[in-house]
Amino acid sequence: MDATIRFAVQDLYTDYVRCVDDTRYEEWPDFFTDECMYRVVSRENFDAGMQMSALALESKAMLKDRVYGMNETIYHAPYLQRHVVGIPKILGAENGAIRAQANYVVLRTKLDAFSEVFNTGRYIDTIVTENGRMKFKERICVFDGELVPNSIVYPI
Amino acid sequence: MSETRPISFLRRWREPGSSRMPFWLYTDEEIYRREQERIFNGPHWSYVALTAEIPGTGDYKRSWIGERSVIVVRDEDGSINVVENRCAHRGAQFCQTHSGNRKDFVCPYHQWSYDLKGNLQGVPFLRGIKGKGGMPLDFKRENHGLTKLHVAVHNGVIFASFHPEVPDFKEFLGPTMLKYFERVFNGRELKVLGYNRQRVPGNWKLIHENLKDCYHPGLLHTWFVNYGLWRADNESANVMDAEHRHSAMVTKRNQGGKGEATSGIGSYRENMELNDGRFLDVEEEAWWDGPTAVIQSIFPSVIMQQQINSVAVRQVIPRGPRNFDYIWTHLGFADDSAEMNQRRLRQANLFGPAGFVSVDDSEIIGLVEEGMTQNLEAESLCELGGREIADTDTHISETLIRGMYEYYRKVMEI
Repeated sequence: MDATIRFAVQDLYTDYVRCVDDTRYEEWPDFFTDECMYRVVSRENFDAGMQMSALALESKAMLKDRVYGMNETIYHAPYLQRHVVGIPKILGAENGAIRAQANYVVLRTKLDAFSEVFNTGRYIDTIVTENGRMKFKERICVFDGELVPNSIVYPI
Repeated sequence: MSETRPISFLRRWREPGSSRMPFWLYTDEEIYRREQERIFNGPHWSYVALTAEIPGTGDYKRSWIGERSVIVVRDEDGSINVVENRCAHRGAQFCQTHSGNRKDFVCPYHQWSYDLKGNLQGVPFLRGIKGKGGMPLDFKRENHGLTKLHVAVHNGVIFASFHPEVPDFKEFLGPTMLKYFERVFNGRELKVLGYNRQRVPGNWKLIHENLKDCYHPGLLHTWFVNYGLWRADNESANVMDAEHRHSAMVTKRNQGGKGEATSGIGSYRENMELNDGRFLDVEEEAWWDGPTAVIQSIFPSVIMQQQINSVAVRQVIPRGPRNFDYIWTHLGFADDSAEMNQRRLRQANLFGPAGFVSVDDSEIIGLVEEGMTQNLEAESLCELGGREIADTDTHISETLIRGMYEYYRKVMEI
């Protein structure tokens, strides 16, 4: 695989994490194509081929609705996230779409509490280039610990 | 303004009736133990599984009744057995997978094996080796099987009980609750779409209260207020069984928007519009028979949810006085069209641990639990719609919560 593509994918992952961890949620939908799939799903469902997810958004418009939800409508105790993402493995590229995977750990920090491991798993991604910018056509976050510590509000 | 009062460590339920609940009910280890004894192990049916999850011989699912792990398994004659997941020998919780298929169950510690009915089959070195050791001569395998529970299967839903005198299942629900139960589970084939599991930092009773409290949905849940899914001006009913332990909150959505039900409500967002309307692409189904949502709380173990096209069984598993696990089994029906299946999946974005609406509930329960531990002698106020307990046709009532605690008080003898 071309080194430029590897670096570009790595940059995409890094930029995504910076956007989310810096709580610039309004910019988060722009990491996706208009028609897309953003799915947060337990390994239990994913491995069993079950369709249910914790969250499954199918368009950039749905992602925007989610951002509105995070910022305006969902009641939750405040928390911060810190993503640690492994080096992506590029699995292949067909018809202009790159398939890549990476492990992730998301730490959560709440008020009056120590930072804790919140969600761990892997990203399974399909990446395309749109107007010179790499975007996720699909980002599936498959999390290992099926028991969610209360709730997931912000993007994984 | 409330007077300040010194904190004491007395455990008294000061008021008669069930419109004031002291906070130690939600925090105290002793109370929690008594609940395990009298409620989860008492003469009540607890939800454990769906028959659709164990369609074939040897299919099993690991489940819970209170703190006790059980295995729900279909045996060679097709009958469904529920046995405790605890080896009769030294107590190991031997089954450690959510589901699977087995010919028998073997405890890894000393290889004791049990058939699919829970009968003890093999005991290695039962008679010792070379004439030495082994079990005493009076040891009888038939006395050392797994604990076998009472089982009730109704229209594809499996309930079980540890208690020898558990009533008939239909009697346990009573006619009104049975009607709402059979509205969803009428015998048609269910399709499991998947699971969501979360640990909520609050007492298990708080989630039943949440689903008996029709006051909050139109206030806490912006989505419900804005889109008329559940709010004060909906047509509604609150109904209970004769003992007031189970309940159904029934509602019919309206067109939403601004009105009497939104005036002064901080959670109402006047200009909120969805960028992608498919979240709420609702299709009315014939079996709803009027209401667009029915949330049924079946004491003590489960909440059955139909909210527009989203259907789920929400199992409640206590994990100590200050936590419970909430396990969502999301459902469709075998004869759903591809479009209906998709719709159920999309609308599930409102529910579960990341749901636009349900996050509000599990997060608020965390706050309530925190507040309760600050002063265990303080009490919650539950007097909306008066202090009496009766079915109502308004959302502005906390009657269902009072009903549950009337029963609770009787069973707990406190």
